[in-house]
Amino acid sequence: MELYRGHILICSGTGCISSGANSIKAAFEKQLAEKDLSGEFKLIETGCHGFCEMGPIAIVYPEGTFYCRLENEDVETIVEEHLIKGRLVKEKLYNPPHSEDKIPSYKEIDFYKKQHRIALRNCGYVNPEDIDEYIVKGGYEALGKVLSEMSPSQAIEEMKKSGLRGRGGGGFPTGLKWEFASKTESDKKYMICNADEGDPGAFMDRSILEGDPHSIIEGMVIGGYATGADEGYVYIRAEYPLAINRLKTALAQAKEYGMLGENILGTGFNFELHIKEGAGAFVCGEETALMHSIEGKRGMPRPRPPFPAVKGLWGKPSNINNVETFANVPVIFEKGADWFASLGTEKSKGTKVFALTGKINNTGLAEVPMGISVREIIYDIGGGITNDKKFKAVQIGGPSGGCLPEDLIDLPVDYDSLIEAGAMMGSGGLVVMDEETCMVDLARFFLNFTQDESCGKCTPCREGTKRMLEILERIVDGKGQDGDIELLEELGETIKTTSLCGLGQTAPNPVLSTLKYFRDEYEAHIHDGRCPAGACSALAKYVIDQEKCKKCTLCTKVCPVSAIEGKPKEVHKIDPNVCTACGVCVDTCKFDAIKKG
Amino acid sequence: MSKKIKSLEDLRKLRQEKEKLTSPREGDNIQVIIGMGTCGIAAGARDVMLTLLDEINRHNLKVNVTQTGCIGMCEKEPLLDVVVPGEGRITYGKVTQDVVKQIVSQHLANGQIVKQNVVGKIEE
Repeated sequence: MELYRGHILICSGTGCISSGANSIKAAFEKQLAEKDLSGEFKLIETGCHGFCEMGPIAIVYPEGTFYCRLENEDVETIVEEHLIKGRLVKEKLYNPPHSEDKIPSYKEIDFYKKQHRIALRNCGYVNPEDIDEYIVKGGYEALGKVLSEMSPSQAIEEMKKSGLRGRGGGGFPTGLKWEFASKTESDKKYMICNADEGDPGAFMDRSILEGDPHSIIEGMVIGGYATGADEGYVYIRAEYPLAINRLKTALAQAKEYGMLGENILGTGFNFELHIKEGAGAFVCGEETALMHSIEGKRGMPRPRPPFPAVKGLWGKPSNINNVETFANVPVIFEKGADWFASLGTEKSKGTKVFALTGKINNTGLAEVPMGISVREIIYDIGGGITNDKKFKAVQIGGPSGGCLPEDLIDLPVDYDSLIEAGAMMGSGGLVVMDEETCMVDLARFFLNFTQDESCGKCTPCREGTKRMLEILERIVDGKGQDGDIELLEELGETIKTTSLCGLGQTAPNPVLSTLKYFRDEYEAHIHDGRCPAGACSALAKYVIDQEKCKKCTLCTKVCPVSAIEGKPKEVHKIDPNVCTACGVCVDTCKFDAIKKG
Repeated sequence: MSKKIKSLEDLRKLRQEKEKLTSPREGDNIQVIIGMGTCGIAAGARDVMLTLLDEINRHNLKVNVTQTGCIGMCEKEPLLDVVVPGEGRITYGKVTQDVVKQIVSQHLANGQIVKQNVVGKIEE
């Protein structure tokens, strides 16, 4: 086997591909061939590196130089300067916000420094389409150890000792879940991986499947052995074509190497794994609905008990875990439950991957130890709020989660403190809001999503969220009434306690948590006809700053409804009754004198 | 031919055989740094590097090869540094292709410094 002098890792997650990674790769191929360097440098496509904001990204090893926001023209410079002459191309290095520094090595970048990557350990580092690279990184050794040195019950004990809790949302202890499935007597059992990931803003499961599919396969086979299952399904939404392709490649390689199929690693254990592509309905991420969908039925939840561990797929005992949960499993067996349990907090062990989105400088994926504060995630890793605006709130846990205000920014991020504060871990979506976000409008956005995605089986979710959405739309439109807030609270509590499945039970959370922490914004909309954030167009009134106005009459000329009065040398005024809040005057004013108020 | 891995032992063997697949990405290998300033290139640093790579391949070693610019000792070019983790940094000067072969077989493979070409040593 040839040793290459250097490796060029091109981030080829969905994020970087959409910002142009494929053409960067082609440009490297062309340049390496032209300069006769193809035998010296190896090009490798990896999964997501997490720093999506900076894509397309290429990392040059052995130096570990992190080049970001690449354009095709940059490639020739990098090849000539860095690869041939050993000089860094400074212009394409990462430049942190508020600093002139250029940071060459990716390990030195703040975004990565505070991270602790376990589930993402191989993402962006190995070639996801090469099982050999996974094996070189220690892959499938945990499986070998479990199959040849442990009994199923010992494996379950080890999982319980690790303290791993489900990373899909609920946070149920994984070892305990496995134990339930293992204790049900049956001739047939199933192990299922939930890769449905329907939360707006969350993409950790997709990234793990794209970047390190073998770790999911390994985790599932270990789980199958521990629970007594000999067959498994990965339920993945069809909107994730790259993840599906890489997983298919990985399945074929694992089969070829005997990590799947009959007599795995010569231990006599058999396990088959299939991919089931879902049509991408939010409700199909709910475990009972997911199983119905695999069976070819309409994805709708059913009451529990019986739990899947007793009666699951095709009536057989089944165990369902999320992608990120499975990604943790091989590491726990490789490094030991005690090592894993030493990370995180007392009741939330290990790490959690967060998808950072919204008004934050470094959007992307970050894996941090449990118990880290919201502030550290947003400011140290996320690089703070875009355009130096003021932080207002953070929505954690997707549509099922809640909004936390500024005075909870030092809250440690773990399952229990989040629930206590009215949010939840959920899948780990983290949407940051600044002062220009209207919290009523935000609640409306999330409720609109859950209302759209309600499967309609139970009345509280189907009708209740519809009524709540109507009220919110009315408030945002400036037609709120006395009693709306109380009605929202009553509806929310009722839906929470009477819905059939977890999705309905958590659907009112964005409304209830914004009511808890931002009640004054609702009141301003309803009673004063005012949107404090200046975001709701029906309520936003434009005003002219008397001091900044230079009396130029430009705005009076462009106003399509003649709402602005003003002659030269007279301060102008906007008539709020005529103004339609179209915003043309704001764009026209050269003196920044018109604002929403 | 089936690629099936039939035991944990075989898996570990395969892991060792394939180590080179990712070795340039690992930071704890022996590192060789070649001076690639204009002076270095003019003195033949590129040929030295190509020979170095061939030799590393031939001896099947895990070594990271990187480059640096001019360090000021232009008359001793081509310059080549060897950094063994924990052992400081040895700088070789006037490194011809023959000297490279010696450095690889003696220093990189067996830990013996090729004394006649050493121009300096930086302690850790």
